[in-house]
Amino acid sequence: MTPYQPRTLPDPGQAFPIKLSIRDFNLSFGQTPILKSIDLDVIANHVTALIGPSGCGKSTLLRSLNRLNDLSTECRVSGQIHLDNQDIYAPSMNIADLRRRIGMVFQLPNPFPKSIYENVAYGLRIQGIRSRRRLDTAIEHALTRAALWDEVKDRLNTNAYELSGGQQQRLVIARALAVEPEVLLLDEPASALDPISTLKIEELITELKHNYTIIIVTHNMQQAARVSDYTAYLHQGTLIEYGETQQLFTNPRKRATENYITGRFVE
Amino acid sequence: MFTSNEGFSRHISQQFNHELEKIRTELLAMGGIVERQVSDAIEALINNNLDMAEESRRMDKQTNQMELSIDDQCTKMIATRQPTASDLRLIVSISRSVTDLERMGDEASRICKHAIEIAQSGPSPKGYQEVRHIGKLVSSMVKDVLTAFARSDLELAYNVAKQDSNVNMEYRTAMRSLATYMMEDPRSISAILNVMWVLRSLERIGDHARNLSEHLIYQVSGMDVRHQSLISIKRSLRNESPDDEMELNEDN
Repeated sequence: MTPYQPRTLPDPGQAFPIKLSIRDFNLSFGQTPILKSIDLDVIANHVTALIGPSGCGKSTLLRSLNRLNDLSTECRVSGQIHLDNQDIYAPSMNIADLRRRIGMVFQLPNPFPKSIYENVAYGLRIQGIRSRRRLDTAIEHALTRAALWDEVKDRLNTNAYELSGGQQQRLVIARALAVEPEVLLLDEPASALDPISTLKIEELITELKHNYTIIIVTHNMQQAARVSDYTAYLHQGTLIEYGETQQLFTNPRKRATENYITGRFVE
Repeated sequence: MFTSNEGFSRHISQQFNHELEKIRTELLAMGGIVERQVSDAIEALINNNLDMAEESRRMDKQTNQMELSIDDQCTKMIATRQPTASDLRLIVSISRSVTDLERMGDEASRICKHAIEIAQSGPSPKGYQEVRHIGKLVSSMVKDVLTAFARSDLELAYNVAKQDSNVNMEYRTAMRSLATYMMEDPRSISAILNVMWVLRSLERIGDHARNLSEHLIYQVSGMDVRHQSLISIKRSLRNESPDDEMELNEDN
């Protein structure tokens, strides 16, 4: 299978800078290589989708971007990932600061067993913010950005578990947004939600990209086609194709991509 | 570039394989009927064969019905399968192609209607030579474009688009000479007008055949070459498939 030939940008001459630059990035767990020589530029203020069959390494790649894989002692990496020209794997990198700058939302909503207000305030309190007025403003701002404010503004003190699945996922997004990240990583954010909640999350992603750089992992091909500007297709740890979403879904360059997105047998 | 013939039966969903193969087969069957409609219409006119003209007109009902049926299947597949890449292009291309085929059938019917009028109005007027010549060109375009569809043959599709330019040129020449006949002999105006309408229909059938070739190019290569010049189409095809050893005819 021919791997993706790295190009500087999927969209040469575009007006937005590169937010994340991944160069010759390899990752293995013990002796098992998971990601092989990945070269990928993530464009600021756009949505980039990572697609591929189960076990292709897309979630691992996503988790590499805020060094969540570091939690495994078996994990070995080589190559570089730069966030705004700063090497995130450099020894001098403050991981807590990195994870503040690159927020993450997982497949299943995971609110804390606290009130809606305290869920969103959590990250801010860790940052040392105590002023009630500052917290109130930041929480309203984050919940508004996550398109949840109107639904919860009268019951901020109720337990977050009382919200529906879709609302909980938007609450988790609000919690990630409260600490003012620059990049948002979404790992199948709507796969556990009903179609209406899914559409709300997708609508939210489209709104959020004006202020954040978003990378989304999804198994839902139509969702990737709907919400993303760029799509990367991974197969067995290799980046096969990366380009504009519209191009990739109507006329992919690589046969392997074609086979995957059209549901054909993989050779 | 992935030619569409290669992967119809390779979907994980057997039902999807079956559905795609079915609309493709039905499109070719509809093409076969339209091809016969066109050749019968020309023959009916040239040979004053009224029965053949009536029969060709009756076939148009079948073409209309097939257009509805294939289009309906395309809509259902878009709704239920949410196709992407070559599958999406195949369905879009077929949906566009049935419209063009149906209109070719309508033009063939129109030729039959004029053939009947001409047959009932007396001896053959001027212009039959032109009808015979342009009819032959157009018939071969229709045949070639359907062969191109069956084989996903882009070179043949390009040749059909190229042939349309020749038909247009021949049509303009024929119209000029028929206009001269009418000026020379005003009594023949009514009969020659019928021939002019026939030529107009043949020219339109040629245009639809070219549209079909453009739909096929989109289906196979993903390039939308509608409203483009022949040179630009040729350039696009070369750029798209430098390794495909596509030998496009140099003489145009």
